[in-house]
Amino acid sequence: MYGNDVIDPNEPLNAAETGAYDAAAAHEDQREAIGSDFDALIAADQRIEPRDAMPDTYRETLIRQIAQHAHSEIIGMQPEGNWITRAPSLRRKAILIAKVQDEAGHGLYLYSAAETLGVDRQELLDRLHDGKQKYSSIFNYPTLTWADCGAIGWLVDGAAIMNQVPLCRCSYGPYARAMIRVCKEESFHQRQGFEILWTLMRGTEAQQAMAQDAADRWWWPALAMFGPPDTGEAAKGGHTEQSMAWGIKRFSNDDLRQKFVDMMVPQAEKLGIVLPDPHLRWNEERGHYDFGEIDWDEFWQVLRGDGPCNAERIEHRRRAHDEGAWVREAANAYAAKQTIRENEKESAA
Amino acid sequence: MTDAPEGATERSWPLWEVFVRGKRGLSHVHVGSLHAPDAEMALRNARDVYTRRQEGVSIWVVKADDVTASSPSEKDSFFDPAGDKIYRHPTFYDVPEDVEYL
Amino acid sequence: MSTMRNESLPGAAENTGAAPGDKPYAGYLLGLADDAMVYAQRLGEWMTNAPQIEEDMALGNIALDLLGQARGLYPYIGSIDGSGRGEDDYAMQRDERDWRNVHLVEQERGDFADEMARLLWFSAYQVELHTALTGSGDDVVAGVAGKALKEVRYHLDHASLWVVRLGDGTEESHRRMQAALDRVLPYVAELFDDDEASVLAVDRGAGVLPSSLHDRVEGRVAAVVAQATLTLPDGSRWRSRGGRSGIHSRPMGYLLAEMQHIARSHPGATW
Ligand SMILES: [Fe+2]
Ligand SMILES: [Fe+2]
Repeated sequence: MYGNDVIDPNEPLNAAETGAYDAAAAHEDQREAIGSDFDALIAADQRIEPRDAMPDTYRETLIRQIAQHAHSEIIGMQPEGNWITRAPSLRRKAILIAKVQDEAGHGLYLYSAAETLGVDRQELLDRLHDGKQKYSSIFNYPTLTWADCGAIGWLVDGAAIMNQVPLCRCSYGPYARAMIRVCKEESFHQRQGFEILWTLMRGTEAQQAMAQDAADRWWWPALAMFGPPDTGEAAKGGHTEQSMAWGIKRFSNDDLRQKFVDMMVPQAEKLGIVLPDPHLRWNEERGHYDFGEIDWDEFWQVLRGDGPCNAERIEHRRRAHDEGAWVREAANAYAAKQTIRENEKESAA
Repeated sequence: MTDAPEGATERSWPLWEVFVRGKRGLSHVHVGSLHAPDAEMALRNARDVYTRRQEGVSIWVVKADDVTASSPSEKDSFFDPAGDKIYRHPTFYDVPEDVEYL
Repeated sequence: MSTMRNESLPGAAENTGAAPGDKPYAGYLLGLADDAMVYAQRLGEWMTNAPQIEEDMALGNIALDLLGQARGLYPYIGSIDGSGRGEDDYAMQRDERDWRNVHLVEQERGDFADEMARLLWFSAYQVELHTALTGSGDDVVAGVAGKALKEVRYHLDHASLWVVRLGDGTEESHRRMQAALDRVLPYVAELFDDDEASVLAVDRGAGVLPSSLHDRVEGRVAAVVAQATLTLPDGSRWRSRGGRSGIHSRPMGYLLAEMQHIARSHPGATW
């Protein structure tokens, strides 16, 4: 241990730095013994690959899930992207550019995985732009101060990693492989967020207040990122059961949320940040932290499109895409001309 | 400038499969795909998308349409015949235990 | 290569590095650093706004390279001008009149063709600049240039690929690319002005005379423009001046306001 006033670089700060990641990323191929029957492969916890036979509903569910995940990465560039020009130091500016760039990369890895299922990225983007496919509601909250970049890295990337580590052993091979790549990169995101808050909490009074305010605003939305309750009574009629059976979901929303809370509370204490939940306390009996009730009405409202930034995020994305149309067309036109020129050269030779 | 040939304004750029050689001595490994208008741009984009952390020393890009893949239903006829050619593997051969450097 | 170095860096052999308190030489280096810094700031605006997600990433990489170049120079400049300032003192705490970048890099972000026109000129300039500076008698500058050269070659390549595709693409892209080349031109000549600081830097064997780079830079740009079926406009109109002596254009003040406002709202804070 390093004492209380530095971050111990060897201590895991997020789920990608724990054994869970290594366990998820390791995978033993037994296909030789099992053959290529979908149900048998799933039952034996084996990977399904793009050209394998698979039920239509499995394919559709995956396309929807991977696309939504990809959209979240791309839309997720915006809340922090708009701080690149305002980052308060050059070191922070460089880190932020690299981080937002990573999110673009994650989006591309995921669209690439979705495309192995027979959809085109353009189709998926159209569905995003038309509001037919969703992205994570967390990005419909505004980033009001610099400390929000810290809170997003610490809490939002932290929660995302918690969600994503189990997906490294998702039954669909290309998705699992994309997630392994993503998780490896994500842990830097969470660390830089923690470090932003750490620095603020050791700074001026105004900086401390800024950090506390950001944590106040992002804590509950981060908990909601795990999705609605899906254990006990709440599980009935949900997607969780089928997705679990297919190996495209490994833990219930409630399990992951609990793990996240258990991981974050000690980190908040270290930071000196008070999490905005009066019911938060260690439950000796359960061996977990108890926490308060999430305001699901608010969650559903944001999901339906009534969040502070829903319209803005889609509008931004659509504008960038539309403004780029002439560029993409030009590149296609040039490629087509080049092909013709090469063919002419060949036939002349 | 000539007019754009037909088909030039199709909606999206073609898909390219990306292969990266992690370091000298290793094979190129498939890492994913991306969209680009032509091979030159595909290579460039692959560098930015798949090797931001020095993950590679060499990149191949192949138009996804140009990849011919074996089908899982043909798996038996493709790969099983190799299964009984155990003499291709060094473990097939019995040699005296005290022979070195084998 | 060797003849070029001798041309642009007379006296390189007897140079002995920088003496503290050398304001004119610091001013020369500040020009190099501020160009990279301000352009990085502008390119950062493209994140989430590029025509394709792959291009967000490419422009992000270029911004990161330029930011790195500036960060490599600022602390060194702080040791030369005797102020001991660090990178954030230079980037976040200086007023407009103290910035020494050319107007080209401070202009507002236009459309994608505008950016590629600017990147083509600026990266062609930087390729020649850093090629010459690798022979600088100042080891720190030579080191920064050596690293930067690899980066800016890639930037030039990127801009060239796009200018060719836009110029020789569709009718609309041809028109827009040509218009962008026309718009950027008045800001190009300033890159090659021999101000007092650069002349002094050349005298001490550490710098390169901007005017000596002009023909090679223009040659590089002209080749790309020709391949793109475009024409290089002639430069008979108004042209920008004054960046190297801290006289800037309207967008600069807004750029600084945005870049500096958090740091300046919290005097003495660390981030
Ligand atoms: Fe991500
Ligand atoms: Fe992230």
